[in-house]
Amino acid sequence: MNNRTNGMTSGISRVALGCVAALLAACGQASTVETTNTASAPGITATEVKIGSTQPLTGPAAPGYSEIAPASNAYFQYVNAHGGIFGRRITYDFQDDGYNPTRTASVTRQLVLQDTVFAMFSALGTPTHLAVADYLNSEKVPDLFVSSGCNCWNNPSKYPYTFGWQPDYTIEGKILGQYIQQNLAGKKVGYFYQNDEFGLDGVKGLDLQIPSASVVSRQNYVPTNTNVGPQLAALQGAGAEVIVSYTIPAFTALALLTAAKLNYHPTWVVSNVGSDVPTLTGLLTKFSQGKVGGQLLTSLVTDAYLPLITDTSNPWISLFKGIHDQYISSFPWDGNVLYGMAQAYTLVQVLKAAGRNPTRAGVVKTLETTKLTGGPGLAPYGYGSGNHLGSLGVQVTTVGADGSLATVGPIYTSTDSGPITQYAGTPATPPANGIPS
Amino acid sequence: MSLSALRWPPFVSPTLGRHLAMALGAAVFLLLVSSQIGAYDDYNLAAIALFAIATAGLTVLTGVNGQLSLGHGALMAIGAYTTSLLLRGRELPLMLVLLASVTTAALIGAVFGVAAARLRGPYLAGATLALALGLPQIPTRYKGVFGGEEGLTVSLPAPPNWLGVDFPRERWLAWIAIAAALATMVLLANVLQSSVGRRFKAVRDHEAAAALCGIDVAQTQVQAFVLSSGCAGLAGSLFAYWSGVTAPGGFSIPLSLQLLSAVVIGGLGTLAGAVWGSIVLVLLPTFTGGMASNLNLPSSVGNNLPLAIYGAVLVLAMLVFPYGIHGGLGRLLGLVRARWGQTSTNHKGVVDWDDPAPGG
Repeated sequence: MNNRTNGMTSGISRVALGCVAALLAACGQASTVETTNTASAPGITATEVKIGSTQPLTGPAAPGYSEIAPASNAYFQYVNAHGGIFGRRITYDFQDDGYNPTRTASVTRQLVLQDTVFAMFSALGTPTHLAVADYLNSEKVPDLFVSSGCNCWNNPSKYPYTFGWQPDYTIEGKILGQYIQQNLAGKKVGYFYQNDEFGLDGVKGLDLQIPSASVVSRQNYVPTNTNVGPQLAALQGAGAEVIVSYTIPAFTALALLTAAKLNYHPTWVVSNVGSDVPTLTGLLTKFSQGKVGGQLLTSLVTDAYLPLITDTSNPWISLFKGIHDQYISSFPWDGNVLYGMAQAYTLVQVLKAAGRNPTRAGVVKTLETTKLTGGPGLAPYGYGSGNHLGSLGVQVTTVGADGSLATVGPIYTSTDSGPITQYAGTPATPPANGIPS
Repeated sequence: MSLSALRWPPFVSPTLGRHLAMALGAAVFLLLVSSQIGAYDDYNLAAIALFAIATAGLTVLTGVNGQLSLGHGALMAIGAYTTSLLLRGRELPLMLVLLASVTTAALIGAVFGVAAARLRGPYLAGATLALALGLPQIPTRYKGVFGGEEGLTVSLPAPPNWLGVDFPRERWLAWIAIAAALATMVLLANVLQSSVGRRFKAVRDHEAAAALCGIDVAQTQVQAFVLSSGCAGLAGSLFAYWSGVTAPGGFSIPLSLQLLSAVVIGGLGTLAGAVWGSIVLVLLPTFTGGMASNLNLPSSVGNNLPLAIYGAVLVLAMLVFPYGIHGGLGRLLGLVRARWGQTSTNHKGVVDWDDPAPGG
């Protein structure tokens, strides 16, 4: 009896060993020369990878920002037309949330539960996305490249599946602050900022560089109140010669017009968020009913983390401009379109790096362990196991009289608490076919 | 019949038995449905249930008591903010949170109800509209307490362990919302059949006549407002769990107007109408949203399509079913009965002057 049992057991173990060996062989094969597409994760089939997003296609944040998702989609269509990702088509399911956190919450659940997207991508807005970050992480859905520079996305212990993309507002604030210290030293500085994470994070960075004695006035606004007269009058009254403006495009335009009406002409330093020249020119013309336009933007100081849209000699610009002309020529060629395409390029980079049959956890691991290089960004990405920060730096730019942009000085990188360092890397050029390999 | 049977207090009547049986039947049915559908459908079911609570409360106020409220979204916000503030950084039993939210909304509703009882028609509409406009500004003004535009986040209640680890949180929320909705319906149905409900209707139909009958008009109006606010508070609390975030943007004017139009589409003054209305309110946007993307419409058209269709449904409902979906169904049922040679019977044995559609 005992012997028989032993015999049986050893027989079973032999079979089991054989199975394990076969499995190992299969695994070994899979990791090296995987050749067939499988439905490796929710939202992934043999022929399709489905990506979701929530965007302000209507509502107060729509002007300008509503172009981002169609621009990303144009790049995905371009990739699909050139073979897709491992033969899979990218389907981009972007839904309108009207910049309303409550709608973001229900639309995000629709994308995850009903439309079963593989990952969220480029979901726009700080207040909107904060409403769903907990949910996406509890569902273990990759939450890639949130379209917001809030440093809240860089929190791997709380949000292991969430990744930022653009430099955070504090880093940007530090580099703008350093510029003011170096180039506008001794001048009286005033702040004008949106009273939420966006503006407050920016001010945090500025305060790390600009001595508090130089800051003569701090004014804020809420996006629901378009009367910025009192704030601008206060800045003028305090004698601010430089205004640092952490504003969304509509409020940059309102502030510029209000100052012009007060015959107040300080040097404007505006966050990248609210400084896209084509968008501002359109808004200035519209708000002033054609009385003024882009001339108010002359010598405005801002910064960039992507190549300049007016730099037609840049290979990234010619690539993305070409895709723009082919797929979404009805949209203006501006910073929002460039932003959407550059983000889409980064997503394709990650999906390719994650292998033929990626899993949700696999994509996160890829971002944390593989250094993403060769993208359109000016500064390198900060992604790592302890860091979910995207681009680490910016380059200061100024607006010329004809609306063209010019860079000033080198690219600087930093972190929220670390020092500012000059970035010495050489800019990457896109692959010949415009698709990351 | 014993003496005690003759002296039943108004809340414990044979009516209660009937309503409880109906609620139990509905509970069993909804439980079965909810177990068969996917997590997203459960999520929508929870929304229908919670909006049914708010619309039922509103239909009692507007349909039964005749006070027009354009500010019920704000009362929901009170419930939602109470829930979010209670759950800020701590865990509390669900029942406690729901009760606290109902109480807070009812208390604020009482204060507002006193003012509302002095106002009539458009002035009342204006005052409630002011509530809906003004209240969402408070969280923006006092950012430290209420979280500003970003709002406060709330996580979905975790299902108890005996349901298994894989039990969807959305389904558990749907069950909670259904239970709350059925409890609310039983309560309201009983109130409407009690002397309180009759006073509500008497005040709606003729204030002077009601006063001559010895009814305290103002007190009755405040009672209706408190009851309705409590319902809105409960709905708001569930809404906070449901949406996961309590932010001013979730309680804007359109919400208040949608609640009112849902009541009208469903059938003003009837609890069944409130349920129909909330079904339309929740499901119509999901259908029309899908339609807009399937038809490949330009975004400027597609984005406004759900609202346009919602408006069209409202107009259509008013033309075809002047008494809402509930009244329309009742009328259809009456036609069918007449066709089959049966006369509609009124089992209550009295003329129900509250019932707009004969046979419904």
